[in-house]
Amino acid sequence: MKEKNVIQVKNLTKKFGDFTAVDNITFEVKQGEIFGFLGANGAGKTTAMKMLIGISKPTSGEANVVDFDVYTNPEDIKKNIGYMSQKFALYDDLTIKENITFFGGIYGLSKSIIKQKSEALINELNLQEVANELVGSLPLGWKQKMAFSVALLHNPKIIFLDEPTGGVDPITRRQFWEMIYKTAHNGTTVFVTTHYMDEAEYCDRVSIMVNGKIEALDTPKKLKELFNVKNMNDVFLKLARG
Amino acid sequence: MKTIGYIIQKEFKQIFRNKAMLPLIFVLPLIQLIILSNAATFEIKNIKFSFVDYDHTSLSRELIDKFEASTYFNIVDSFSSEKIATSEMLKGNVDVILEIPQYFEKDLLKDKKTSLSVIINAIDGAAAGVENVYINQIIQNFNKNVSVNLLQPSDKKFLPKSIVSIPSFWYNKTLNYKTFMVPGILVLLVTMITLFLSGMNIVREKEIGTLEQINVTPIKKHQFIIGKLFPFWVLGLLLLTIGLIIAKLLFNIPIVGSIFLLYAYTSIYILVILGIGLFISNYTETQQQAMFIAWFFVVIFILMSGLFTPIESMPQWAQYLTEFNPIKYFVEMIRMVMLKGSNFTDILPLFIKTLIYAIVMNSLAVWSYKKTT
Amino acid sequence: MKRFIGFIKKEFYHIFRDKRSLFILFGMPIAQVMLFGFAITNEINNVNIAIFDKSKDVTTQKIIDEITASKYFSNKQFITHQAEIESVFKRGKVKAVLVFEKDFSKKLTKDNLATVQIITDATDPNTANTITNYVSSILQKHQQQINKEIKTPYKIVPESRMVYNPELKSVFMFVPGVMTIILMLVSAMMTSISITREKELGTMEILLVSPLKPFQVIIGKVVPYIFLSIINAIVIVLLSIFIFKMPVQGSLFLLSFQSVLFIINALSLGILISTISETQQTAMMISLMGLMLPVILLSGFIFPISSMPVPLQIISHVIPAKWFIIILKGIMLKGVGITILWKETLILVAMTVFFIVLSIKKYKIRLE
Repeated sequence: MKEKNVIQVKNLTKKFGDFTAVDNITFEVKQGEIFGFLGANGAGKTTAMKMLIGISKPTSGEANVVDFDVYTNPEDIKKNIGYMSQKFALYDDLTIKENITFFGGIYGLSKSIIKQKSEALINELNLQEVANELVGSLPLGWKQKMAFSVALLHNPKIIFLDEPTGGVDPITRRQFWEMIYKTAHNGTTVFVTTHYMDEAEYCDRVSIMVNGKIEALDTPKKLKELFNVKNMNDVFLKLARG
Repeated sequence: MKTIGYIIQKEFKQIFRNKAMLPLIFVLPLIQLIILSNAATFEIKNIKFSFVDYDHTSLSRELIDKFEASTYFNIVDSFSSEKIATSEMLKGNVDVILEIPQYFEKDLLKDKKTSLSVIINAIDGAAAGVENVYINQIIQNFNKNVSVNLLQPSDKKFLPKSIVSIPSFWYNKTLNYKTFMVPGILVLLVTMITLFLSGMNIVREKEIGTLEQINVTPIKKHQFIIGKLFPFWVLGLLLLTIGLIIAKLLFNIPIVGSIFLLYAYTSIYILVILGIGLFISNYTETQQQAMFIAWFFVVIFILMSGLFTPIESMPQWAQYLTEFNPIKYFVEMIRMVMLKGSNFTDILPLFIKTLIYAIVMNSLAVWSYKKTT
Repeated sequence: MKRFIGFIKKEFYHIFRDKRSLFILFGMPIAQVMLFGFAITNEINNVNIAIFDKSKDVTTQKIIDEITASKYFSNKQFITHQAEIESVFKRGKVKAVLVFEKDFSKKLTKDNLATVQIITDATDPNTANTITNYVSSILQKHQQQINKEIKTPYKIVPESRMVYNPELKSVFMFVPGVMTIILMLVSAMMTSISITREKELGTMEILLVSPLKPFQVIIGKVVPYIFLSIINAIVIVLLSIFIFKMPVQGSLFLLSFQSVLFIINALSLGILISTISETQQTAMMISLMGLMLPVILLSGFIFPISSMPVPLQIISHVIPAKWFIIILKGIMLKGVGITILWKETLILVAMTVFFIVLSIKKYKIRLE
């Protein structure tokens, strides 16, 4: 059985004046995959992702997310995806409960479902004691896990994560990736950008962007074989050196 | 609809949780209203008056007494020579110098023309003009009294004819400046608060990244915008209410016209301001920029609104420009309705223009808000 | 030292790369000076007036023509019923109504007395007063003309001389005020926002941990705004001189010195504000609501301080802008020097020192 493509990208390009941030990239993401979108800072990962989540219009090329065209139906795409931005984007001056209620409500979830999911989320992350505290007072790692869970409230088909593990300790990172595994296991596709090459090992397939172009696209195992190196870090170094 | 409710709920929570901003939004403007309404006046009072009396006669002293009695002038000092007096004016210690020449009384009684010299600090040109009028009035009155007192019986053949002017000050019998300024300052405060808060609010979400998060949700543009701006609309009306209460209780400003009309108009007016705030926030990246641009327009609009200085006094081209100034309409409306009791038909042209402004501005603002860039 | 220069350079980059803010920083003073010079004035002009002439005889015609010929009035309309008076006021169409009683000339000849009602919309007391005074004086003049044949002895003729501003140009009064406001805004508000932004973004701590000393950080933040303010001041003065023919009777050197003194004063105030604000929003609101409005209204910029209630006059003493405006008016319009202005200068210096000391104290508390 051929697995369905939830993301299809062909010759996608984004230019800002003379500067080409995303240069003619082509790839697909299968349902239930953990797809790693790797590259150095400034390689164009975030720009590419912004086009896929419907907040940036491509300059040229094609892209479909959950069978919707990014040019014509960005709002339909948004109904079916979740997003966790680099800045974790929760409201620091609202409590945990209030943030959940707010985002749940925006996605059109009913009051009862919001209540149910809120309890589930708080229990799962062990936030019972701080449920009525302002998010701003939480340590970074907790905020990050919260943002991830909030992005999943409406059971999206794909979740996009932009550098989700920036600035947290290795243990929290590990815990976070466990959450990602669980999500993928439930059938949600995970599209994650990162510049931590070791996280690439956790993905099903990865692509590596260099200067706006995709220079490598395959499973981590195959890439390591291709470049004859022991870890993804070295794969990247070899690619970056050109 | 429900979605809008969620946004409104969040906004209100955030506003009232912001401990630093709350006093700035409510307490500070109202203190300003109270203090500044007392300050803003073009009335001429307590003019620093001085004289140089070269005559030293009973008549010259009588003249000086007239100035002493006047509430417009404070006699600060008298000098022995004009030179000393002018140097005092240079130092800023006096603003008016009256010079009574030698033989003042003698010449006057001998039926000759006498001249008095008056030197006025004219840095504030308009005030100087008014001071001159007052001085002339006092001197003319003195002149008339002298004539009447010293009129010989034989002169009574020729009775002077009088054209008597009867001034009548409507809507503000006591010429109380506060009556003029308080409604205007209220307009200023409501405008500034709603504009700055609404403008900066959206930009702040841009700065911290939550706006991006919102743009990735399926929320519709208009839902987000209505939800965002509604709390500030309420805030504006709340400020108006508190302001009106202070105006009535503290300053005794009459509210002659329909209060309902005041609120109806203000509701539309605030929409204009919110639209401008939103529009500005769509084109700025930082709070500082947003505030700057907002401030730029607010200052110009306020100066040109007829709040402090009359619009009629402006040159034609400037008067034409004020047609595009929403504050001008609000200032006019509030003075007309509050102080004169104008009704809906009277303010209809203002109402319509403001309504059009609101529609245009908000359409522009909504159109320029892009969920996808 | 090199680190310090590098830091200052970065601050300059921040400012000059923010094109929108820059535009406002320079455009604002120019716009304001233009507005005040050309559009805004507290003189009375072009008032709409209505005449209710119950007599319609030669005398009233003559008086009406003379009154309405003045620049005070523009449109005149005639009304014919008492009820119309209220409606023209309510519509906001006119600000004054003159009512001439019936048989005006006849009454004047026979009874030696005729009256004219000067009804003004006193919601704007200034206009009402000025119009009333003006019309009264015209009526008086007419009265004197009629009585020409009658010997009016004991004639006192006052001659007024307007000094420092003989043409009564309102722009002369406003330019010092505009300059003060702009300098205060750029220096105080911008500085407070700039420092607070670093606090908000968290980069302030980075700066404090760097080898730069705290006072170097503050000075570095403040230097670009000194530059900007000086440029603004120069622009305003040049505009005033060349476009509005505003004189600078006194010493340019003293003018520059005092301006720099005031700029430093405003900067220190900005620093003080930044020590009590956690966010940019707070700093902005304090600068705007807490600083701008009182300065505009209580500094003698537009409204004469002597006309205010005594408590406000006392408060105006603590507003640096008030003293600076006195200094500016003195130097530019009166041509006086430091011998006369020493008191105001000293006060400004004292205030500046006070702000700086207070800021340093608050700063030290924060660091602990």
